[in-house]
Amino acid sequence: MALPTPLQAFSALPKEGAQHEKQNVSGEQMTGAQALVRSLEDLGVTDVFGIPGGAILPVYDAIKDDTKFRFVLTRHEQAAGHAAEGYAVSTGKVGVAIVTSGPGATNIVTAIADAQMDSIPMVVVTGQVGAGAIGTDAFQEADTLGITYPVAKHSFLITDAQDVPRVMAEAYYIAGSGRPGPVVVDFTKSAQNSPMYYSWPPEKILPGYNPVEKAHGRVLTEATELFQTSHRPVLYVGGGAQRADAGKQVERLARLTNAPIVTTLTARGIVPESDPQVLGMPGMHGTVPAVGAIQQSDLLVAIGTRFSDRVTGRLDSFAPTAKVIHIDIDPAEISKNRKADVPIVGDVAKVLDDLIPKIEAAQAENGKPDLHAWWDQINDWVKKYPLSYDEPTDGSLAPQWVIQELSKQADPQTIWVAGVGQHQMWASQYIDFENPHSWISSGGAGTMGFGLPAAIGAQVGSERSFGGKKPVWLIDGDGSFQMTSQELATAFQESMPLKIAIINNSVYGMVRQWQTLFYKNHYSQTSLHDGELSVGSLPTEVDTAPIPDKQNYDVPDFVILAQAYGCIGLRATTTKEALEAIKIANSVTDRPVLIDFRVWKDAMVFPMIPAGSSNDSIIYKPGVEPLNGGEPSGVGTFSGTSPQAATPADAGSATAGTWPDATTGASDSAAQEEK
Amino acid sequence: MATNYPASRPGSGKHTLSVLVENRPGVLARISGLFARRAFNINSLSVSPTERPDISRITVTAEVEQIPLEQIIKQLNKLLHVLKIVELDSSTSVERELVLIKVAANEHNRSDVLEIVKLFRVRVVDVHPESLTIEATGAEGKLDALLGLLEHYTIIELVRSGAVAVMRGPKALSEKVVGSEVTGR
Repeated sequence: MALPTPLQAFSALPKEGAQHEKQNVSGEQMTGAQALVRSLEDLGVTDVFGIPGGAILPVYDAIKDDTKFRFVLTRHEQAAGHAAEGYAVSTGKVGVAIVTSGPGATNIVTAIADAQMDSIPMVVVTGQVGAGAIGTDAFQEADTLGITYPVAKHSFLITDAQDVPRVMAEAYYIAGSGRPGPVVVDFTKSAQNSPMYYSWPPEKILPGYNPVEKAHGRVLTEATELFQTSHRPVLYVGGGAQRADAGKQVERLARLTNAPIVTTLTARGIVPESDPQVLGMPGMHGTVPAVGAIQQSDLLVAIGTRFSDRVTGRLDSFAPTAKVIHIDIDPAEISKNRKADVPIVGDVAKVLDDLIPKIEAAQAENGKPDLHAWWDQINDWVKKYPLSYDEPTDGSLAPQWVIQELSKQADPQTIWVAGVGQHQMWASQYIDFENPHSWISSGGAGTMGFGLPAAIGAQVGSERSFGGKKPVWLIDGDGSFQMTSQELATAFQESMPLKIAIINNSVYGMVRQWQTLFYKNHYSQTSLHDGELSVGSLPTEVDTAPIPDKQNYDVPDFVILAQAYGCIGLRATTTKEALEAIKIANSVTDRPVLIDFRVWKDAMVFPMIPAGSSNDSIIYKPGVEPLNGGEPSGVGTFSGTSPQAATPADAGSATAGTWPDATTGASDSAAQEEK
Repeated sequence: MATNYPASRPGSGKHTLSVLVENRPGVLARISGLFARRAFNINSLSVSPTERPDISRITVTAEVEQIPLEQIIKQLNKLLHVLKIVELDSSTSVERELVLIKVAANEHNRSDVLEIVKLFRVRVVDVHPESLTIEATGAEGKLDALLGLLEHYTIIELVRSGAVAVMRGPKALSEKVVGSEVTGR
């Protein structure tokens, strides 16, 4: 019996003398900081985002003119993180960001949490004070490890320079393998400056990390049997299929089984939207055919998706008659929200590669199930309930029309990026996605301000992996855009021909929509005053006299803002101006173009399932609930979409009655954060 | 299914988990953080070195429903430093806990307290004119019963170590577990 060893599990730092015992100390001598840069090169990293600072200076000193990766300097650490995410989604590679300690690290936490929610592979290197100063509240010290543990796939702390190549190899591998995610490497300044012996490749030591990629045969047989005995199947495809690059497999499975496909927000474009088997997006703002098909299915095949509350609505009435086959690489997702009848753990592409021949064999033996009645029902929904919207009543642009036009005029190879809010939902609904990895949007975390930096990352990815042939269009809201608008500087300095459409309704539109529908038109703190139709810009000449009425000016003026950052700024208030501006944007190749589209602030995102409600209560448009028998129970009591009618006198009763009270719904507290 | 969380609710069954982890800095923080984040209330948690220098062992007891327990085990398994998780069944394992109880006992009632000590076959480790300190080990039920009797006297101070448990028989949980020769981070 060995004697008990010192327990390290409590402390943040390794015990003295615990290291070097078995480590290889041959190789080229260099500092830890140089080893980090060399490790990135040896890992094949070609693009890195970040901002320098005190505790990461040695690493930045090691980045030289002949360093093999391109470095993109952002203007805020959060943006460096989102850029790495956009890069990762568009290229399928691991995104890398390097930032400093303390505030640099805390600033990038939002991006780390966002990447964790959407399973985006990313390695974030943060500076840390010297190992001797940890715990002393030193300048720019933060407990980066402790802060990032709950929101990252894994976090490392490097206190010994000799560990650098191994930790970097492990971090890169962990980020990109299994269910992808963000990995943090907190790098003490003392280790950055210490000498070490560099050799590559290092041996990875990860005894507790064994992602399962291939499913075993029994569950595949069970899944095959369910396919053969079901007459109302649906393929419910999520972002995991996108990460696994399983578009071709999903398409083959759909052809083989004739099942309809619904694609969640993070899976848009995995199978081309023009495919007749694709019914669009399910969930809160999904299409009627997609939601209807899920609700009335007898077999729900969940492929790389996690039964998010945005998709399921009230769980106990979600797809009530369906058996569930759940394919996911993360065992913890199986039966987390919805019990799986056939759980299949593995890489989505590999599982489908194994499953398809089994179904083929079963069909050869017993024939295909008859899905005619199912498709009759679906086609009825498709015909009766296409996406539609109300025309503006105030002469402004319809945001949905703007997005449709952007989609029509754009290069088919375009990578689409969005912020978070109404514009994001419209973009997801109205853009014609024809290619996988061409839609970048913050799903699980719903991070406003994600758009511009992610678009910068996508542009870097396009230039690296596709010779710049994939143009990048950012569709952003006036509210979302302002959370990271400083990154226009990055885009200009890097000569990026980004195309930016601000869907400017002068309000936090999604929050306002909820206020219209659930909070009796009480528009608390949702006006931005940056896109009112009737008012103008502040005069630019110096005038120190008091401004008579601030409400009479749009601030910021997005056109002037764009120009201040060296970008082309355009404004469109009519359809003619809009078409002209889109044409100009598509022709510029050396700098960003921003278009300020002035749209209707009362436009709402429909269809909609109120948070916490059953998917069966999907509202196609006010007064029409197709899955509840076509007509809603409370016709006439709902008048939420036409706030013109909702004068203060009747606002109090406008929405009561038909809508569940969002303020008392137990399961929708998260939803209320939505913008 | 929608009612899985919070994981711990009154009336849930008691479970004991043995978690083998790499003996590395920060591991405990990571695991306790997961319990907090997933709304998993634990009754006790103890962590100690093991027969292998590269492995530490965490014993957790919690009152939790079966389905959320499975979810917690899966979430724990996702942590890279977690090597193995076993739910220990009381019929095939031995579970013990150490408790130190300082009871107010003077010349009037000291003999009554000592009677209880004798009955439970526990030990007195400190005597003072106004107090007795009792050391007791045993399974949870025995300790609860002891404390129930001592409640009638004034308990000045009480400290419990948290449960530790091993499987019966000749096997070790750490058999076949690939450890890590890296202990330095």
